[in-house]
Amino acid sequence: MDYAQLGLRVGLEIHQRLDTRKLFCSCPSTLRQDAPPLWFGRRLRVSRSELGAIDPAAEFEQLRGRVFLYGVYPDTTCEIELDECPPLPIDEEALEIAIQISLLMKMEVLDEVHVMRKIVIDGSNTTGFQRTALIAVGTEGSTIETSHGPVRLRTICLEEESAFIVETGANFARYKLDRQGIPLVEIATEPDILNPDQAREAAFGLGRILRATGKMKRGIGTVRQDLNVSIAGGSRQEVKGVQELDLVPKIVEREARRQLSLLEIRKEMAKRGIEEGTFAPSPVEVTEVFRNTACDLVDRELSRGKAAFAVLLPKMRGLLGREIQPGRRFGTELSDYAGTFRGIGGILHTDELPAHGITGQEIQAVMSLVGGSAEDAAVIVLGSASDVKRALRAVIDRTRYAMIGIPEESRRPLPDGNSSFMRPLPGSFRMYPETDIPPIKSSMFMERAMSSLPEMPEKTITRLIREHGLSTDLAEALFDHNRVRLFETVARSHPGISKGFVASTLTSALISLRRDGIDVERLPNGVFLELFGFVEGGKLAKEAVPQVLTMLATEPTTQMDELVDQFSMTLEELDRIIGEKISESEDEIGEKGEAAFGIVMGLVMREARGKLDGSLVSRRVRKKLREHLEKGQK
Amino acid sequence: MPLSYRGKARKLLEEAGAEDYSTLLIEKGGVTFKGLLIPRARLQDDEHIVLKLDSGYNIGVSIERIDELVVMGGPRRRARLEPEKSVGRSDLPDVPIIVTGGTITSKVDYITGAVRPYERPEELLDLIPEISEIANISYVPLMTMLSEDLTPRHWLSIAEEVARRLNSGATGAVIAHGTDTMHFTASALSFMLRNLSKPVALVGAQRSIDRPSTDAVLNLFSAVKMAAEGPAGEVMIVMHGGPSDDFSYAIRGVRARKMHTSRRDAFLSVNQPPLAKITRSDIEMLNSSYRRRDNGCEVEVLERIEKVALVYSWPTMEAEIFDSLVEDGYLGFVVAGTGLGHLPQRVIPKIRELTSRGIPVIATSQCFFGRVNLRVYENGRLLLHAGAIAVEDMLPETALVKLMCIMGQTREMSKIEELMRTNMVGELSESIGVDLFPPGGQR
Repeated sequence: MDYAQLGLRVGLEIHQRLDTRKLFCSCPSTLRQDAPPLWFGRRLRVSRSELGAIDPAAEFEQLRGRVFLYGVYPDTTCEIELDECPPLPIDEEALEIAIQISLLMKMEVLDEVHVMRKIVIDGSNTTGFQRTALIAVGTEGSTIETSHGPVRLRTICLEEESAFIVETGANFARYKLDRQGIPLVEIATEPDILNPDQAREAAFGLGRILRATGKMKRGIGTVRQDLNVSIAGGSRQEVKGVQELDLVPKIVEREARRQLSLLEIRKEMAKRGIEEGTFAPSPVEVTEVFRNTACDLVDRELSRGKAAFAVLLPKMRGLLGREIQPGRRFGTELSDYAGTFRGIGGILHTDELPAHGITGQEIQAVMSLVGGSAEDAAVIVLGSASDVKRALRAVIDRTRYAMIGIPEESRRPLPDGNSSFMRPLPGSFRMYPETDIPPIKSSMFMERAMSSLPEMPEKTITRLIREHGLSTDLAEALFDHNRVRLFETVARSHPGISKGFVASTLTSALISLRRDGIDVERLPNGVFLELFGFVEGGKLAKEAVPQVLTMLATEPTTQMDELVDQFSMTLEELDRIIGEKISESEDEIGEKGEAAFGIVMGLVMREARGKLDGSLVSRRVRKKLREHLEKGQK
Repeated sequence: MPLSYRGKARKLLEEAGAEDYSTLLIEKGGVTFKGLLIPRARLQDDEHIVLKLDSGYNIGVSIERIDELVVMGGPRRRARLEPEKSVGRSDLPDVPIIVTGGTITSKVDYITGAVRPYERPEELLDLIPEISEIANISYVPLMTMLSEDLTPRHWLSIAEEVARRLNSGATGAVIAHGTDTMHFTASALSFMLRNLSKPVALVGAQRSIDRPSTDAVLNLFSAVKMAAEGPAGEVMIVMHGGPSDDFSYAIRGVRARKMHTSRRDAFLSVNQPPLAKITRSDIEMLNSSYRRRDNGCEVEVLERIEKVALVYSWPTMEAEIFDSLVEDGYLGFVVAGTGLGHLPQRVIPKIRELTSRGIPVIATSQCFFGRVNLRVYENGRLLLHAGAIAVEDMLPETALVKLMCIMGQTREMSKIEELMRTNMVGELSESIGVDLFPPGGQR
């Protein structure tokens, strides 16, 4: 695709969780693996007139009328997460970090920070809003460099993380409150990104600067990218919550393709003489058509007492089946809209039928009931009468909008780089002041933030190479995995241990453990310090480190000294084994003399591997072998 | 449009010709800010200008080192959506919602964050349309008071409004009220509304209604349901039964107490089960002894109320505190004693002096839960002997309001004692069930 010709524009919003207490209460930012012991149920409601206008995203949620269930942990969450108490003042550490990032990026920190409430009624915040504050705005010097040119930074916000969604059903959503309220720094760029690869580069660069403060949380989900993508003639689409950097270019490419295809569909609709008035919302019940259907899906729903309704989309034949992203059709988009309503699984449409056991005869019967001809399409939805009506209205509205253009949407990224409809893009008027928190003067925090301003990533990496003799790869890996502080602490307190070994343990060894499903993020820094202490003292073999880490991560109650004992071998025991192996190898030693070292070493290592450092064993074997040979000569 | 800024910021804005909600452009250190000028709260300093940016964020710009400030356009505010006019349904029971103020009938200004009361009933019905399905709602804006500012004069005006509405055919009444002192008002209405035989439900909100998570929706729905359909002809407080939005409790007015500063389920029923549990579909009576609804009786309002004080006992309490209160014109006292109702021995001679001068002293307990008993320990017996009137399991606030009302009728000590110790509206009970404490057991 020629992105310049398409007029591709991409803006990036990167969200990073901070490793502090929560933003508006004193709870720790601890994510829980166990199930919450208590659940509470809530409903959210907005008064339409109070919003001054109907926020499309809010109205959309309200129509869904869901109950939200919140799981709480009495030992790590409090009344504030459950919205049973007004917020405490903003966490000063988090604010300082946000200011530091702003300064690192040469952004202008605002004189007075005002915390706002951003209405979000999908249940992801117990309050029905997300607290967020604009901290700094871009200046001329605030850019991130990429090989395709600079990308200007627009804003930095500090906001509270939403609750973690556990489960959604037709009329409910279930959330855990351990995550709600963790501070998030959000950095937004101007839409200066002109191609998919540049998006990845910019996201990577921003991530690096965020990590410079060393106060970022690590692990899956702690960094998320929102991509705002548009092409000329298209519209802004927000693909939310992309967690993998490598997926970024693909999502941009697929979104550009989707908008292009939708614009082509619009052109085709115009050519066919379709006008806004073409679509009249008059669903027709077609349950009788499917009384004896061979389609399992339809049969199952009808036997559950649901009904089938159909609506005519005049002159749309062939367009619902038109592919807009690999594997996704215009009909899939319509299905996304319908599927957001209670009790609606999705749609069936005539462009994909006959199939799934639905016969041509049945389709003809439906078409004649809705009064369709050969150039028309029809959409069928199963559900209760009231649910179906809302779903079909959404289908018709979306189809009608295809005439006008592409509706602005928040979209959910899919693993293959495609995306699906989440909700209409919210408007700016869903924001109003958080009256429980007075405005904050930034000058009070600027001085502290400046006095401990971290160095820029390049500088840290150079320092790691120069001062610790690390390779560029290792230095970058330490930085990108946010382990620089820990590395330097270990290097300082255990100077006797190889720095390359420490660095590679903290990077590649941990990555490979994580790949094996070991939750290494739960290991506190103290564990590493203690562990490297044992290695330095010769009590633990380097080779045993990954295994000990695995056991500490999976059984957090284990005592480290017991583990180390399990993995280490005393020198007396080593000498005993060496003696044993030398006697076993008398013949070879007699034959080869000192050259039999390899044989003896191999036998000894079979028992000592992972318990003692290989180089130590080798020195000891060589010494004992020499003694043995000398004794023999005497 | 006026300009709500003061001091230095006002001077600067006036010079530029700005008004509240003007569009401003501010150049400062190479950065340009453009947005609507937002009124600044009275208690904030005069050194910052608040702008609402296009993104929706508010920011404060210090007036120091501003390079340029230009007014780009006149005041501009988005037109509010007018809610549809509600249509009364004559087939449904008439329920007036009498508005006294508080969180439940206040809306937030979405631009400034300032809170002000609803002007029209449609605004409330727009948020909670389901109440118009169960009752023919009339909206009675009576006053706009924070509940901590209410006095007996306000109780009287509420009582008169309730009586007027009930006597002219309303099925029940709902009173929208701030939560802080709702239990005082509920007690006052319980004693002031004589011959009451229709439900009078006080209702409030712990989360303001601009929040999508507001508890007002369930609370108001439950209160209207209780007023329209409930079987009890009494004064009650209707609020959340737990942290979830699934049911409310109707708590007898003289038994309710706000026991948490901020939770939805802050009100507890003390020493008695709640009157009823209200869900979206049902009213389940939990307390079998309640006054049955009887639509025939004419409600009368007790008008005279006297000045009485509530004194909390504490370890360094001195007898002299009563002297200064008497000097200030207090005619009687309710003491919230410790434990079974005790006061320090050093205070007891003063109590004897007060009662002998015709100033009643009512003994209650700051434990709230349980019954006062002045016969167990010596200090208790001395207190009784000094003429204190022990009022069993009555709440201190309820006793205060009751004494105010009684002293409005009589000053005769024996009569006061008799009336204080006579159960009128469920404020005294003969026995306390073992399942009523700890209060969480009510859930």
